[in-house]
Amino acid sequence: MEELRQACLQALALIGRLDSQLFEIVVLSLQVSLTAVTVAAVIGLPIGAALAVECFRGRQAVIVLFNALMGLPPVVVGLLVYLLLSRAGPLGPLGILFTPTAMIIAQAILIIPIIGALSRQTMEDAWREYEEQLRSLGAKRLTAASTLLWDTRFSLVTVVLAGFGRAVAEVGAVIIVGGNIDGVTRVMTTAIALETSKGDLPLALGLGIILVSLVIALNAAASLIREAALRRYG
Amino acid sequence: MLPLELRDLCFAINGNTIIDRISVQIEDGPRTIILGPNGAGKSVLMRLCHGLLKPTSGTVAWTGRRPNRRSGGQAMVFQRPVMLRRSALRNVMYGLKLAGVSRTECELRAHDVLDAVGLSHVAHHPARVLSGGEQQRLALARAWALGPEVLFLDEPTANLDPGAAREIESIIGAIHASGAKIIMTTHNLGQARRLGDEILFINQGRLTERSSADRFFREPASAEATAFLRGELP
Repeated sequence: MEELRQACLQALALIGRLDSQLFEIVVLSLQVSLTAVTVAAVIGLPIGAALAVECFRGRQAVIVLFNALMGLPPVVVGLLVYLLLSRAGPLGPLGILFTPTAMIIAQAILIIPIIGALSRQTMEDAWREYEEQLRSLGAKRLTAASTLLWDTRFSLVTVVLAGFGRAVAEVGAVIIVGGNIDGVTRVMTTAIALETSKGDLPLALGLGIILVSLVIALNAAASLIREAALRRYG
Repeated sequence: MLPLELRDLCFAINGNTIIDRISVQIEDGPRTIILGPNGAGKSVLMRLCHGLLKPTSGTVAWTGRRPNRRSGGQAMVFQRPVMLRRSALRNVMYGLKLAGVSRTECELRAHDVLDAVGLSHVAHHPARVLSGGEQQRLALARAWALGPEVLFLDEPTANLDPGAAREIESIIGAIHASGAKIIMTTHNLGQARRLGDEILFINQGRLTERSSADRFFREPASAEATAFLRGELP
């Protein structure tokens, strides 16, 4: 118990004096995960919208697949991306294994199904309300999909944040494709894993505190924005 | 595009016949009220006419000349107005844009029509926070702006209080006066008397009676219509 108390105090001291090593890691984490969530949103949201409005054979199967992929184990994604990017792999010549780019790719793959599946659910609910009206006005599928994306925008913020939460908190994929190289690919989660095994509990704990606070703060902000927007726009 | 010709129109879902061999020709001019008890198939018939549902058998044909692109052909207002999550003005412009009207003209026409339904003062308010009556007026404005040759109205005042319902009725009168053919369902006898020129009486999916409103209310020809007028049908 005493050890934990000591570690906590040291962790807070590290945060308090804006320790450079600590903040380098935090900044890289944010860069990687924010880029990954942006890429995943650009790909996942249109997929969600298309699945919400399109009727085609096998649609239900695609939806089930997407829902299942939400639970994709990060280490498996890491392994697949590793195989793709390794020297002998099909994308080996790009030479991006063990770089932040590889980590972004792995995290994006991990969260595209989350954003796709959750946004599909949100937009399908809206589509039930809108379908007849939009068809009556002569909206084609593409127009309908973009209308749904815009009209559910406040709920989609929450969906995208769920994706970000998953990306920033996962460790399995980024440690495989990033390699946890100090100053290059070391992010919060991989650093926590490493420092814990090395016994540097204060740094691990400091990063843990920041990671958790960050996720809570982002979600609080999102829910406040959503509440305010819904009050204002109905 | 009128007259609208229905030939042996049938619609069934899961083996239940909703519309049963309706044949009728609806001409330009008089306000046509589709009257009937709850569950008679009025709304389904209207959706078949508007093209939102495909008939199981039989045909819906517009036998007149094709509408030109500038006038919208046909439009529909639903029992529950579907408001897009944007301002009242943008809701009207949305329909116009889909009809291929240029942006500047969209805005002009939208302002005009909002003025005509008495919503100019809330043009920039979010549509979804307007009252029920205002939302239905906005839905009418959105349809009217398209300059439709035929306007379908499905129980447009069913969810409104009497005051709001009267406002809707007077707007429907104005839309008719501006040259649009009105085809409307209702189960409200008072409203059918006030707005109807001719009555199509539907019961259990069949067209039981067609006559001028005067004659229908004075001396209904069928036993079902007589029972309905006495309030003996639901």
